[in-house]
Amino acid sequence: MTELSKQKALVQYAAQIGDNGLIIGHRMSEWCFRAPSIEMEMALMNCALDLIGQARELYTYAATTQGEGKTEDDFAYLRDEQDFRNALLTEVPNGDWGDTIVRLFFMSAYNKLFFTALTSSKDSELAAIGAKSLKEVTYHLRFSSEWLIRLGDGTEESHTRVQNSIDSLWAYTGELFTMTDAENLLLEDGIAVDVTALKADWVTLVAQILEQATLTFPTNDWAQLGGKAKGQHTEHMGYIITDMQYMQRRYPGCEW
Amino acid sequence: MTNEQEWPLWEVFIRSKAGLDHKHCGSVHASDAEMAMESARDVYTRRSEGISIWVVPSNAITASKPEDKESLFEPADDKIYRHPTFYDIPKGAGKM
Amino acid sequence: MYGDTSIQKPIEIAEPTSEEQARLEEIFQQKIDDNIKIEPQEWMPAAYRKTLVRQMSQHAHSEVIGMQPEGNWITRAPSLRRKVILLAKIQDEGGHGLYIYSSAETLGTSRAEMIEQLQTGKAKYSSIFNYPALSWADMGTIGWLVDGAAITNQVALSRCSYGPYSRAMIRICKEESFHQRQGYELLLSLSRGTDEQKEMLQESVNRFWWPSLMMFGPNDSDSPHSAQSMKWKIKRKSNDQLRQEFVDATVPQAEFLGITLPDPDLKWNEERGHYDYGEIDWEEFGNVINGNGPCNKQRVANHLKAHEDGAWVREAAAAYAEKQQNKQVA
Repeated sequence: MTELSKQKALVQYAAQIGDNGLIIGHRMSEWCFRAPSIEMEMALMNCALDLIGQARELYTYAATTQGEGKTEDDFAYLRDEQDFRNALLTEVPNGDWGDTIVRLFFMSAYNKLFFTALTSSKDSELAAIGAKSLKEVTYHLRFSSEWLIRLGDGTEESHTRVQNSIDSLWAYTGELFTMTDAENLLLEDGIAVDVTALKADWVTLVAQILEQATLTFPTNDWAQLGGKAKGQHTEHMGYIITDMQYMQRRYPGCEW
Repeated sequence: MTNEQEWPLWEVFIRSKAGLDHKHCGSVHASDAEMAMESARDVYTRRSEGISIWVVPSNAITASKPEDKESLFEPADDKIYRHPTFYDIPKGAGKM
Repeated sequence: MYGDTSIQKPIEIAEPTSEEQARLEEIFQQKIDDNIKIEPQEWMPAAYRKTLVRQMSQHAHSEVIGMQPEGNWITRAPSLRRKVILLAKIQDEGGHGLYIYSSAETLGTSRAEMIEQLQTGKAKYSSIFNYPALSWADMGTIGWLVDGAAITNQVALSRCSYGPYSRAMIRICKEESFHQRQGYELLLSLSRGTDEQKEMLQESVNRFWWPSLMMFGPNDSDSPHSAQSMKWKIKRKSNDQLRQEFVDATVPQAEFLGITLPDPDLKWNEERGHYDYGEIDWEEFGNVINGNGPCNKQRVANHLKAHEDGAWVREAAAAYAEKQQNKQVA
């Protein structure tokens, strides 16, 4: 393996955090005209706007750090599937409202801890992005926690459905707490967050909400890995990329 | 779909900036107060219109009846002595 | 966005049944003539209430159904900047639908009832949304022409006699001012781009021009009942008046874009001080309104599916709220 420069690692790191935002934001935006009420439509679109907004800032920072004259759009539209380093959790299909809420809840609980830690990054730009994003994901966490409780402690049907969502998405949560080479390298300088250290707090937070929601904490600890470390995604990712990059691939080099 | 009970209606009041009163701006449907609050935030403050929100169940509001308008409000119309302009103060007395 | 409703049968206006009612109607009309807004709990003729509920619910449905053609392109937007603009814009449509449902509910019709009427086909929405959004250029054209037409209508409606509707319109017009601009800006990028982009632009305008003119409803000579709506100040300008305003404002914008509007009869009339335009294909209009548009079935089916898929969610939230209330009581 070739030596990873600190600069390259920083580009990868910023882009990888951005990938999480863009891909989950993409999924949230797919809820447009499909939510259980107009109010919920509005809520999900606000989340999507926050998350895609985070991706834009991070890609722009990655592009600047890279210094090759690229833009946020090069990162979103002209990289291949394997270049995306989002966690698998962000890319799996929306499923029903319960699946979407559980995914948003797992991710927001992680994001809350992650961005809190990122605000102490030695890299002032990342720290600033962390501080801004933290406010947004705090709201997402509140929104998704409350919904999880409503569904868990709602009707028998909703309880069963959302317990299934928890159980099936659980396998994707472990990946959030794994470290990439870039992360390890940047951790030495106090730039990257040690995500392995976030797991205990995440488990406590999740367990607490699941209990309130009368839901059972999963016991299966097997983690599906691949997206974050290697760009090896689920089968679903290819369709996201195809959809998202269609215009840029079909009409290369145009201004829109 | 007709048998389903609709989520209750909540009236939304927003304080647009510090120092101003909350002002009515519309309504949302929500199953509980928290949801109403968050929906009000998602619907009515997308352009930084607010810094504080009240939500009230619509059926908790008691409103005066339009047909009572004359008896409720017109009696105040001739109490002009409640207004400062009713009083003649000579200029010499200074600003008052 | 906007849904014109003048295409339907007028609501019957009953003769006053008593002297008392005749007196109330006279007072009511006097208020309207004096430009005093009518507020929810106040007395109003049954036909005024019915006309308003119909117009407002159909306006709200148009906003909500209008999310579909644009929603079709969110995941394919060609830049992140365009993507967030489009998302925010579509979100506004949802918000506007909600503001208007909210105002309509003050007249005693629940949102559930209105939505049921939409799903059973009893209530209409603007015919424009039964046309498909086939290219990225359509995201610009919809903003420029469809929102442009809507704004022309809605500015007039913000002076409507019914207080809650008028207030919702004021808020909506303020928010929508960015909708037309973003659409036009998008089209400007295409007009400055490659030949393929220019073709995409022209092709899109070719499809949307006539349906946009149809948004204003039938010619005045064919909408006899709008006189009553004008008298009640539910409608403030006639269909043809608004259509003319729209054409006059749009032609120079089209010239600036360097495109041709698909109407050989379109030309400046010095004498009238307005643009003349060709005859609208009212047969197509009638067909689209009556269910034969390219997307009518799809639009309603999507709405119904979302509604049905969400039923267990709405029930769960209601059940949870009930449990919480019972706990408080206990």
